[in-house]
Amino acid sequence: MYEYLETADPALVAAGKLKRVAVDPVSRVEGHGKVTLLLDEDNKVQQARLHIVEFRGFEKFIQGRPYWELPVMVQRLCGICPVSHHLAAAKAIDQLVGVDPANLPPAADKLRRLLHFGQVLQSHALHFFHLSSPDLLFGFESEIGKRSIVSVLADYPDIGLQGVKLRKYGQEVIRMVSGKRIHGTGAIPGGMNKALSQAERDYLKQDIAQIVVWAQAALQLVTKVHTSHLPYYDNFATIRSKYLSLTKPNGALELYHGGIRVKDEQGETLVDHYDYCDYPALIREEVRSWTYMKFPYLTALGKADGWYRVGPLARVNNCDFIDTPLAEAARVEFKLHGGEAMVHSTLAFHWTRMIELLHCAESIEILLDDPDLLSSDLVTKGEKRHEGIGVIEAPRGTLFHHYQIDENDIVTKANLIVSTTSNNTAMNESVRQVAAEYLSGRELTEPLLNNLEVAIRAYDPCLSCATHAVGKMPLQLELVDAEGKLVDKLIRHSNGEFIHGSE
Amino acid sequence: MSGTLCIDGIAVPFSDGQTIIEAARSAGVYIPYLCHRPGYAPYGSCKLCTVKVNGRTNTACTLPAADGQTVISNSPDLQHDRQRITQMLFVEGNHFCPSCEKSGNCQLQAVAYHQNMLDNHYPHFYAQRELDASHPDILIDHDRCIFCNLCVRASKEKDGKEVFGIAGRGIHKRLIVNSPSGKLKDSDISVDDEAAHVCPTGAILVKRSAYLAPIGERIYDHHPISEVACEKAVLDTQAAKGHASCDQAQLAGQVPQNSGSDSHYAASMPPAPDIKHGR
Repeated sequence: MYEYLETADPALVAAGKLKRVAVDPVSRVEGHGKVTLLLDEDNKVQQARLHIVEFRGFEKFIQGRPYWELPVMVQRLCGICPVSHHLAAAKAIDQLVGVDPANLPPAADKLRRLLHFGQVLQSHALHFFHLSSPDLLFGFESEIGKRSIVSVLADYPDIGLQGVKLRKYGQEVIRMVSGKRIHGTGAIPGGMNKALSQAERDYLKQDIAQIVVWAQAALQLVTKVHTSHLPYYDNFATIRSKYLSLTKPNGALELYHGGIRVKDEQGETLVDHYDYCDYPALIREEVRSWTYMKFPYLTALGKADGWYRVGPLARVNNCDFIDTPLAEAARVEFKLHGGEAMVHSTLAFHWTRMIELLHCAESIEILLDDPDLLSSDLVTKGEKRHEGIGVIEAPRGTLFHHYQIDENDIVTKANLIVSTTSNNTAMNESVRQVAAEYLSGRELTEPLLNNLEVAIRAYDPCLSCATHAVGKMPLQLELVDAEGKLVDKLIRHSNGEFIHGSE
Repeated sequence: MSGTLCIDGIAVPFSDGQTIIEAARSAGVYIPYLCHRPGYAPYGSCKLCTVKVNGRTNTACTLPAADGQTVISNSPDLQHDRQRITQMLFVEGNHFCPSCEKSGNCQLQAVAYHQNMLDNHYPHFYAQRELDASHPDILIDHDRCIFCNLCVRASKEKDGKEVFGIAGRGIHKRLIVNSPSGKLKDSDISVDDEAAHVCPTGAILVKRSAYLAPIGERIYDHHPISEVACEKAVLDTQAAKGHASCDQAQLAGQVPQNSGSDSHYAASMPPAPDIKHGR
C-alpha cells in the first residue's frame, strides 16, 4: 500500500531537491540497522527505507565444517535467541543421522521443548520489558532520556523487576538443560546430551508458579496499554498482510515442531499442514540493492503479493487454539478485539508476544511434572542422509535451517531463512506507513523520529541473525579521480553478472 | 639415583630416571606443558615447561631430576613467557573455542586459562589450512594443530605404526600423513589407535563424538588444569598435610603461589563426577 515510498522519483534525486534524514542506528533492537528518509522542500516523505547494514555470513563459513558442529556454531549468530538456532540446526542434523522428529526419543523431544519454552520466555520478556516498555509506558514521543529500562525501573519498579526476573527464569531453564545461559550445548545428532537431574528439575519447579502469575500480569499490562489507546494502537504502523507460522496437526499454537500454515488478509487458509522439508517450493528470496537483508515471498503469489509476516502475531492469528488454558482465554479475548478474522495491528505484536509468554510459562509448569525429563533414553540413530532441514518457531517467527553434506560428513551447502528476514517487507511497509501517515509534512524532531523505531521494534527484529548471503549482493565499485570525476566503474549484479566500463 | 629437588620452595622427591616435570607431577606440583604427556618419551618442543634450574633455563620435560636442584617455575618472568608462547600458538593456527567441540576438554584452552590469557596479543596469521575428513571415523582439523608431535609419537611408540609425521620448518611446518595420497583414509590408522585420541587440542578427533559430554561434565569444567594434570590422590594428601617445604626461606618471599581457579563454571555448576585426566 505504501510501496511507492520505497524509491523516490530519480528525477527529484538527480536534481538534488531532496534532503536526507537518517535514524542510525535504530536503537533497542538486536543488531544494527538504520532508517533513511528522503524529504522534499515541504517535508513530504518521498522515500523511506529500513536498511540492514551489517553482514554476518554464517551460510558461507559453515561450509567445509563437519555437520555435528552446526548446532553449536550457528547459535553464535545471536545472543538473544541462540537456542532457536541451536534447535533448528539440531532438527536438521537429526535428519542427517536418519532421525525424523517422530522418532526422536520422547525424553529428548521434551527436553528440547522445555529448552525452547525457556528461550521464548526469556526473549519475549527481554523484548517487552527491556526494549519496548519504555515506549509503551512513557509514550512514543517522550523525551529521549526517559526511553530506557532504567527509567522503567525508576518509575515502575514492580513492572521493571518482574520483567528482569521473568527473563532470568527463562535463562535458568536454558542453563539447566544446556549447561549455560547463553551458547550451551544440549542437542546432539539424534537427541540430547543430558537429562535433567532431580535437583535441577526441583530448582526450576520452585519458582514456576510465581512466573505464571507474573506472566499474567505482563499480559494484563499490555492489554490495558493497547485497549486504552484506541484507535491509535490499532492503526499505528498497521498493514494488512498474510501470515505464516507452524501449527500442530490439530491446529494448536506450536513453537517447536509442526506443519506450515499460511493465512491471507481475510483469514482464509492458503496453505495448511505443509511439510517444511518442501519449503524451497513454497518460498523464494529476493535480493535488493540497498540492504543486506533478503526479501522472502510465497512463490505461488509472486514478489509483489507474496510477502507475509511471521512471529507472535502470525502464530496467534493463524492457530485454531492454544493448548494451555490461561493463554487460550487470552487468545479468545484478543481475537474478539479485532472484529475480523485476523488482527492486523502491528502493535498487537506486543499483545500476542505476552500471550505467548504466558503460554510458555504454563507449558514449562506442565513439562516440569513429566518424568521423561529425567530419563536416560536420550539418543537414537538411523541411516545417514545427505540433506537435512530443520524448521522451528523462534521468538521472532518461523526459522529455516537447511544443510547438505558430502560423504565425509562435511557441510557443502547451507541456507538460513531467519525470522526477521521474513518480516523484511513488512517492516519496510510499516516504516513507510509511519512515514506517510505520521511524519510527512511535519518538521522532524528526535521524538517524532522515534515513531519509526517504535514501528520496527514491534517486530522485535534480530538484524544480526538475518544477513548471511555471500556473493549475491549487488556491488558497485567506482574509481574517482582527484577532481571527483568518475574514471572507471565495475558493477556486479545479484545474478553474478559483471558489467565493466566508465560512463 | 633418587633424592630431593626444590621447586618454588617445595621439596619434591624423585626416583631414578624421572625428569623434573615427572617428579613435580608425582608430588602434586603443576608445571604447564603441551607436548609432554605422562608415559611418553620426552620431546621438548613447546617450551611451556621452561624453568630455571640452578639459574639456567631448561625444559622441565627433558631435564633429568637431580639431587639438590633448585628449580624456579612460577616466577613472573617465566609466567609471562608462557603466556606469550600460548598466545603464539593461538595466532599461528585458527582456534575458535566458542564452537570447537574440544572446548572444555582441550588442554590448549585449559593452559590458556591457567596462563590468564585474556587476548591474543599478537596479530592473527589466518593460516590457510585444510581439513582432512576423508577417514570414515577420524577427522584432522589442521587449523588446530600445534605440532606437539604427540600423535607422531603415539603412532610410532604405542600403536607400532607410523601414520603421522611433522614436515617442513618454521612457518612451513605441517602435520603430514603417511599414505600414498597423503589422506588419512589411505593410511593404516584405526579409531582404536592411541594416536586417534592423544591430541591435546581439537586437531585429531574421533568423528561423531562431539558434545557428548554436557557442560558440567567436561574435563576442565570444575577443576583447572593445574589440578587435573596431577594425581587426585596426591592432591588430596597435599590438601590434608600441605607441601613439604625445602626450607629455602629466601625463595618464599619472591615466589607467587600456584593459584588455582581458572575454570569459568566452577562457581555456578553442580559438582562434577570424579574426573580423571586423559581421554
